[in-house]
Amino acid sequence: MTRHQSLDRRRFITTSGAVAAALGSSAFFPAWARNGTAGSTASALAAPGTLTGNDIALTIGDSHFATGGRAGHAVTVNGTLPAPLIRLREGQSVRLSVKNTLAEQSSIHWHGLLLPFDMDGVPGVSFPGIDPGQTFVYDFPLIQSGTYWYHSHSGMQEAMGLYGPIVVDPAGGDDSYDREHVLVLSDFSTMHPHEQLRRLKRMGGYFNEQRQTIAGLLAGEGQSLSERLEWAAMRMDPTDISDVTGATYSFLINGHGNAENWTGMFAPGERVKLRVINASSMTNFNFRIPGLSLTVVAADGLAVQPVETDEVQIAIAETYDFIVTPVEQPAYGIIAEAIDRSGQVRATLATRMGVAAPIPTIRKRPLLGMRDMGMDMSGMDMGDTLDLSQPDAGSMDHSMSMRDPSVAPGVKMGPGVATLSPMPADRLGDVPTGLEDAGHRVLTYAQLRSATPNPDARLPSRQIDVHLTANMERYMWSIDGEDFASGPDPIPFRLNERVRVNLINDTMMPHPIHLHGHFFELVTGEPGHRPRKHTVNVLPGGKASFDLTADAVGDWAFHCHMLLHMHSGMMRVVTVRDTNHQDAGQHKPGKHDMNGHDMGGEG
Amino acid sequence: MRRSLLLIAAAVATPAAAQDHSATDHSQMDHSQMDHSVMGDPAPEPEMDHSTMDHSMMGHSTMEMDPKPEPKAAETVDEKMEGMDHSMHHGHAMGTSTQAEDQPGNTPAPAVPSVHAADAIFGPDVMQRSRAHLLADMRFTGYSVGLDMLEYRMGDGPDGYAFEGAAWYGGDIDRAVVAYQGEGTFGESPEAVELDAYWRHAINPWFNLQLGARHDFRPDPDRTYALIGIDGLAPYWIEVEAQAFVSEKGDIHVRGSASHDMRITQKLVFEPEAEIDVALQDVPELGIGSGIEKFELSGRLRYEIERNFAPYVGFAWERKLGRSADFARTEGEDPSRFTWLAGLRFWF
Repeated sequence: MTRHQSLDRRRFITTSGAVAAALGSSAFFPAWARNGTAGSTASALAAPGTLTGNDIALTIGDSHFATGGRAGHAVTVNGTLPAPLIRLREGQSVRLSVKNTLAEQSSIHWHGLLLPFDMDGVPGVSFPGIDPGQTFVYDFPLIQSGTYWYHSHSGMQEAMGLYGPIVVDPAGGDDSYDREHVLVLSDFSTMHPHEQLRRLKRMGGYFNEQRQTIAGLLAGEGQSLSERLEWAAMRMDPTDISDVTGATYSFLINGHGNAENWTGMFAPGERVKLRVINASSMTNFNFRIPGLSLTVVAADGLAVQPVETDEVQIAIAETYDFIVTPVEQPAYGIIAEAIDRSGQVRATLATRMGVAAPIPTIRKRPLLGMRDMGMDMSGMDMGDTLDLSQPDAGSMDHSMSMRDPSVAPGVKMGPGVATLSPMPADRLGDVPTGLEDAGHRVLTYAQLRSATPNPDARLPSRQIDVHLTANMERYMWSIDGEDFASGPDPIPFRLNERVRVNLINDTMMPHPIHLHGHFFELVTGEPGHRPRKHTVNVLPGGKASFDLTADAVGDWAFHCHMLLHMHSGMMRVVTVRDTNHQDAGQHKPGKHDMNGHDMGGEG
Repeated sequence: MRRSLLLIAAAVATPAAAQDHSATDHSQMDHSQMDHSVMGDPAPEPEMDHSTMDHSMMGHSTMEMDPKPEPKAAETVDEKMEGMDHSMHHGHAMGTSTQAEDQPGNTPAPAVPSVHAADAIFGPDVMQRSRAHLLADMRFTGYSVGLDMLEYRMGDGPDGYAFEGAAWYGGDIDRAVVAYQGEGTFGESPEAVELDAYWRHAINPWFNLQLGARHDFRPDPDRTYALIGIDGLAPYWIEVEAQAFVSEKGDIHVRGSASHDMRITQKLVFEPEAEIDVALQDVPELGIGSGIEKFELSGRLRYEIERNFAPYVGFAWERKLGRSADFARTEGEDPSRFTWLAGLRFWF
């Protein structure tokens, strides 16, 4: 990654003019996300409406958004949903002036970009937030390339539409593809996310319309009666795969639902790069293009050794770059299916407008199993004799209890921790939830190999366990049993120390865990070319380890990217400090008279 | 009723008020004190070099800054490794690693820093407010109001009605609850109207403690009781509640109930419920005899148009026992009563 100073002058033209959205209904979508886009090609990297250059102006505001017959309030950037594509070049610097026209505080976090912590955009952690009417200027150099995104980190504005893509082109250019489309996957509900949260607190399964039923039992579907009783004895629901579902969500690709059928163009035989970003607030997607192999070339922005596959589960906040080479059909369906199968959204790759491939029938909702409960049954012959109905049963091996504090000494036990995975398996090599029987190739993390050697070959000097804890029935989410609002200590790191972080999922839901300001190597496969990511989806009841070189001084957010989980408390601050020179601090927090300083007007 | 509402209002007032920190005037901040050594580094790392920041630019309308951070390319990490207190493993041979070789060391964790990084840049007061705002924003406080049953009852004798529900306000652990129930016959004054007001505290993942008061407006004479109870979700998804009451006259009563949602289809739910009332002494003026006073078995088949809006039909069978049954007979009442019912369940 060398710093590249020569910038393409042509791209200064569109700098701040792209605010020209909101001129008519068709202008609601930025050009790159508009239906029938040709995408961008090597000769014209920046499609019209793309924001480029060194000075970019973004305005956060209230909007109205409609899709598939549902319409509601949205929070947008420059009036569009998704927000404008920001296209930058590795080596340049960028000044992003973000004006907040909302009546409440806002912020933008540059997801996956390596930057000084005070530019990271998390109110209360990295900066004070952007108050109504204020403009904050983010200013940082681009020291990486790839597919990233940006979103609000204030309240739950992200769930209401405040997200958009970022593409950073490599300093040396990239001729590995002929055409490119950016695909932003998301979920949109007309129900305010705070209202979603309130209903889930009132009734954990509020949005689950695919539960096991007596009618299903009689029809021979799903679990047998004895299995159902075993699960009921533990107060666990094998259909609890997603909290907020298609019952309230419209699923979107580039802001388009099924009916609007977003279409991107291709010419047969072209190598088409798809930059796919899951910008959902609560939806993990299964992504596939029936009829085409997906060649994975980047994960979370960074190049991986190409892997060919048929389907990829893209967790919230992850990005994947795929190369596809469509030849035979005039149209291919791009299918993003919610992992709980409560809905799917189709977009189209086509040679011309007006053609579309058939939409596949939505597949059957999967059921969670023992492995999702944190019981690694591999190599164990439990047969049918295992009695799981005894919580903390003294007569059984302690490791088979579903809530034995001794398996997680660091977890603060309380009403917010309903279960602890007794035997969490390393699930980085597992096919993700619900795709075990997909009948075709499905990407696993273990298949990913970094294209470049890992920058830090040291073994970690220490390791920490981080438990992802919850009470799904009370809808409480936490880390190590403590929710963020209760003010837990941050997780401290020394500058440049190498630490292994073991994420242990004590819940039956996958959690896409995101660390700000860093990439980490997933501990899978031989060292040297382990995949480097900013977000890792920890499968239910399982474990995922990553090695982190804490090379960015500052305070960083570390959280589950399921927005309602984060907002309910599944978040921590990570501190990185040069401990050789610590504690000069005259800026002790909490020692100041809150009223003793003129902080400007109220409002 | 008014008393109970006041009680709720008192509970409402406690949660931390959101910190307001809008237009921030950085010109009041003493940036000369902004020593980067608070970052733990008197000779800052390149990416932390904010010495070029022009703080005079900070004003009411913009919070501009112009850091000129150097790229921190990941490849340079190895050059910054001096001072690390553990052995290095450069040249870790590919393809020969085993589980054992891949084990991390035992270096203790560093202390949690006493200083927040952003304080040095934006000022401790501003950040203190921002942190308070963030924590307040992420602390759940909610409410719910609803009626689990609001129903019309048909049996021998004149038709009647019944209702039961609760409203609450609070967080995950502590909530103020007002529960209400009653029943009666059309054209007569209500047979029973009860209002409970209690603090509900989560004691473990599944169960809650209730502490508060109960007031019966009906039957006549009205009574006020101290209330202690447990409610929660038992294994097999059985909702249970057990409450004990001590009246101002000193008489003690116990009530227990259990119910279960049997999901027939995604929308159709059958909910059987059992309730038992026990008195530890006779209370003749209320028609209550010592011992098991009565039990009630009911079943409701509801159709969830929405999860929180469901009409239902069902039955209820109530049987008074022992001395309570005798009291009922003397009053000319049948100690056993079976009714068909139809109603609506809803909550907000």
